[in-house]
Amino acid sequence: MSNTPNELFYTQSHEWVRIEDDGSVTVGISEHAQALLGDMVFIELPEIDSELDVGQDCAVIESVKAASDIYSPVAGTVIAINEALEDAPETINSDAYGEGWIFKLQPASLSDVRELMSAEEYSALITEDED
Amino acid sequence: MPFIPHTEQETAQMLDAIGVQNIEQLFDEIPQALRAKGLGDIPAGLNELEVTRLINQRARQDQPLICFAGAGAYEHHIPAAVWELATRGEFYTAYTPYQAEASQGTLQLLYEYQTMMSNLMAMDVSNASLYDGASALAEAVLMAVRANRKSKSKRILMSTTVHPNYRRVVKNIVSNQGIELVELDYCTECGQIVVDSLAQYEGKDYAALVIPQPNFFGSLEQVDQLTDWAHRNEMLVIGVVNPMAMAVIVPPGEWGEQGADIACGEGQPLGIPLSWGGPFYGFIACKQKQVRQLPGRIVGRTVDLDGMRGFVLTLQAREQHIRRSKATSNICTNQGLMITASTIYMSLMGAEGLERTAMLCHANTAILVEQLIAIDGVEKLFDAPCFHEAVIRLNQPVVPVLSKLAEAGYLGGFELADDYAELNNTLLVCATEMRHRDEIVAFSQAFAQALR
Amino acid sequence: MLIFEQSKANRFNRAQQPGEAVDLNKIPTEFRRQQSAEMPAVSELQAVRHYTRLSQKNFSIDTHFYPLGSCTMKYNPRACNSLAMQANFLGHHPLTPASHGQGFLQCVYELQEILKEATGMKGVSMQPMAGAQGEFAGLAMIRAYHDTRGDEGRTEILCPDAAHGTNPATAIMCGYTVCEIPTGDDGDVDLEALKAVVGPQTAGIMLTNPSTLGVFDRNIKEIANVVHAAGGLLYYDGANLNAILGKVKPGDMGFDVIHINLHKTFSTPHGGGGPGSGPVGVGERLLPFMPVPVVAKTDSNYRWLTEKDAPQSIGRLSANMGNSGIVLRAYIYARMLGREGMERVADYATLNANYLMVKLIEAGFEVALPERRATHEFIVTLKKLTKETGVSAMDVAKRLLDYGYHAPTTYFPLIVPECLLIEPTETESKEEIDGFVAALLAVKQEAYEDPDKVKSAPHTLPVKRLDDVRAARKPDLRWQATEKQKG
Repeated sequence: MSNTPNELFYTQSHEWVRIEDDGSVTVGISEHAQALLGDMVFIELPEIDSELDVGQDCAVIESVKAASDIYSPVAGTVIAINEALEDAPETINSDAYGEGWIFKLQPASLSDVRELMSAEEYSALITEDED
Repeated sequence: MPFIPHTEQETAQMLDAIGVQNIEQLFDEIPQALRAKGLGDIPAGLNELEVTRLINQRARQDQPLICFAGAGAYEHHIPAAVWELATRGEFYTAYTPYQAEASQGTLQLLYEYQTMMSNLMAMDVSNASLYDGASALAEAVLMAVRANRKSKSKRILMSTTVHPNYRRVVKNIVSNQGIELVELDYCTECGQIVVDSLAQYEGKDYAALVIPQPNFFGSLEQVDQLTDWAHRNEMLVIGVVNPMAMAVIVPPGEWGEQGADIACGEGQPLGIPLSWGGPFYGFIACKQKQVRQLPGRIVGRTVDLDGMRGFVLTLQAREQHIRRSKATSNICTNQGLMITASTIYMSLMGAEGLERTAMLCHANTAILVEQLIAIDGVEKLFDAPCFHEAVIRLNQPVVPVLSKLAEAGYLGGFELADDYAELNNTLLVCATEMRHRDEIVAFSQAFAQALR
Repeated sequence: MLIFEQSKANRFNRAQQPGEAVDLNKIPTEFRRQQSAEMPAVSELQAVRHYTRLSQKNFSIDTHFYPLGSCTMKYNPRACNSLAMQANFLGHHPLTPASHGQGFLQCVYELQEILKEATGMKGVSMQPMAGAQGEFAGLAMIRAYHDTRGDEGRTEILCPDAAHGTNPATAIMCGYTVCEIPTGDDGDVDLEALKAVVGPQTAGIMLTNPSTLGVFDRNIKEIANVVHAAGGLLYYDGANLNAILGKVKPGDMGFDVIHINLHKTFSTPHGGGGPGSGPVGVGERLLPFMPVPVVAKTDSNYRWLTEKDAPQSIGRLSANMGNSGIVLRAYIYARMLGREGMERVADYATLNANYLMVKLIEAGFEVALPERRATHEFIVTLKKLTKETGVSAMDVAKRLLDYGYHAPTTYFPLIVPECLLIEPTETESKEEIDGFVAALLAVKQEAYEDPDKVKSAPHTLPVKRLDDVRAARKPDLRWQATEKQKG
């Protein structure tokens, strides 16, 4: 069973979202998702200042056997990207919820974030997956 | 039943194991209404003796002409070892090397090919080949549109000195994605693109400029000036080049101050027979930073569990079998067998062999042109320097002359007027290292006869 | 050792070099290459030995059973190669006038006719150089057809979720969007789901039948009716034609356009990844749009038809006539089989697949669609084995290599977990198939008794399990001259 921290929000496409103190949000992919994809070999990050719609594909992560788009969980503006991943994409495997974060957004509305899945709902979803 | 090993007894045992009465029952899921009523007109099978007789008889009708044509396909000597080795069953009947550990022969060879091709082009990386030169240029154009993040236009500047069929193929392939090809006129005096004529395109948004070297007329383009001009205008540069010429001519990676961004072209001159135009292979090479935009198969070096060197297909996440609708291209196959031959060819020739071959082609074409323009009614067109092809103009229509030459046993060249309306009565001719001086002299005499 | 590591400065292979020394001064300085390209510098024997030894590190059809699903790795008759490699075929420049190539043009023409008969189509063009290019040509024709009729707004191509990855990739290359259709539990396309998504935006559907799940879609006629009623056209991906050659013709199933992989059904070589050849066949409606050149016959004279003869053609996709040498090999193969031989291809490919499937079920393997008849291939899923032992389909594939069998296709189609797609082809004997069953069973036992042995396989090949993660993270795509000095 994968680890799904309670304080985070989740999407159907396996992104996690953390609301920061300054009202921005940090986005990554769940531990469950990284396990499915396997060893990461490459990441293509979004560009800073780009405006994203909800559900827009904005980054790509590649493992040896799969490539997966990352979708923006909410609408907003990209304010930071995790450039360290470009040299060490495997950080997503080792620390999906910490050093493996992918980008930060200034969301158009924080209430959009709160409508995403809770840890409990997401756990139920992936348990279904695992059967 | 050619090639099917089953004895009657085995067939019966197998049917029994499956639990059916006969083979026909195995097709019982196909709706009866759809079942074919036989293969009507297809002739009955032939054994190997009979098919040999048939094919030999067809081949006997087709005595090749002595070739003075180029126009994208060049007759070169191919060392005997090249195809003897390439058609070994272990190369000939292997599949794409997905199971790397069982394909180290093909994979190492492809890695060597990538090294040779990058070196010849002076580029950072090469893929493991595409279908042919024309489709390689189409892939290069798609790649440039993806890779040039500064450009939003999906427009490409394409020189009209690029092979006319390449331009057709590129258009047929890329126009479905809304990419527009803007054709650049060449200088009718010199037979090349002149940088000064490009002013009208300055400061406008084009994703890339396509530069041929040598160009379709055999002329050498001013690649340094063109490359720097394109880069100043934030375009990528695609060089479409003859790899044999690159043994002696400045390669794309060294054009201008920064070099071309993508090099591509037809690999046929390196060990591939003319064979009615195929199979040939396309090559494409680029700079390191664009490697993930490169389409097609790529081989990388790695290590095994014991730390020993080995080779695998890599960066596969770009490809259709993983990325599906988001792949860099729909391409799956490369021209594996062709580059197997080409790699062996380059190994046998070495740098010195390629250089000598290239220079002999250059020298033979110079002699050919000299002999032809000595004939009354023949003049050389264009004053730019050539590699191993040149354009001549006749004082009469070309088609009847080519027919007479064919009757005399010569393929006399390529008539340009169909593709270039302004070039009436002109012919593109070529003499590779295959043409002996005596043949060139004899051809010139036949040419003079044909003009009378 | 790489060929570059055997090189030595000033070693030349004089036998292959034109006699005259190079005088680069004949080329104006500004165009002249300043430094020679780094190339191998070896003797002819060194090169011959090197590449002979490399070849011996390959599995191939000539050396091993190669049951790669969806690839039709059957015997490539030697005569097809040696007859096609004659100087009078190889020596022809693509500009050779048809008058001097009647023998070759006749072969191409007759293969066009044979393929028309075998597939039930009205026209065939040899132009596409591979299956993926055939797909491209097919969709480009569909696009041209709708455009010519002024039928705008058809922007979408339907693909089953089990389709080859090339299908959606091709649709995108042709400027379409892709809509995936789910597969029903019985392996056929989910007809209700299809009905729900077809409409005025549907340009066409791309189907493989038998599908990539190794079953014949029994509803094909109904699928054709649904798509045609909506104004779309049907594209047939010929990847699995070997299963139905002479049994059902794509034209009769309702397909408007098809491609045929000569390197599968017509036994031309795979060559370590190509060249392929992907001729397209079309029904009446798409005839004007076929790619050129094609060969036409008037009286007993053969000639090329080009853009001038076919103004509505989607044009050419290669600089010349496609992969002519491969077309010639396929023609020779087709003549050797003849009509009865072609039907037997499907008979015995299907017999072998069903026999192998039954034997594997007896040996305790789980097949994806046990209720269905296998076609020329079928799917085994190792989901249970993976769950119980941690040994994956990939591990099993690698261990099979140690037993002297090339692995089946792994992890395709993507919708079946831990799967092996197995296609024995008609040219394999019962003994070979029985041997393969025994090997797979042995690997399965090892997975329970000594899983590490399977997970670290192969053990007997020229290299052990290769690290493809490292290869992709830090791509090393060419040998660098500096390595040599470093030793």
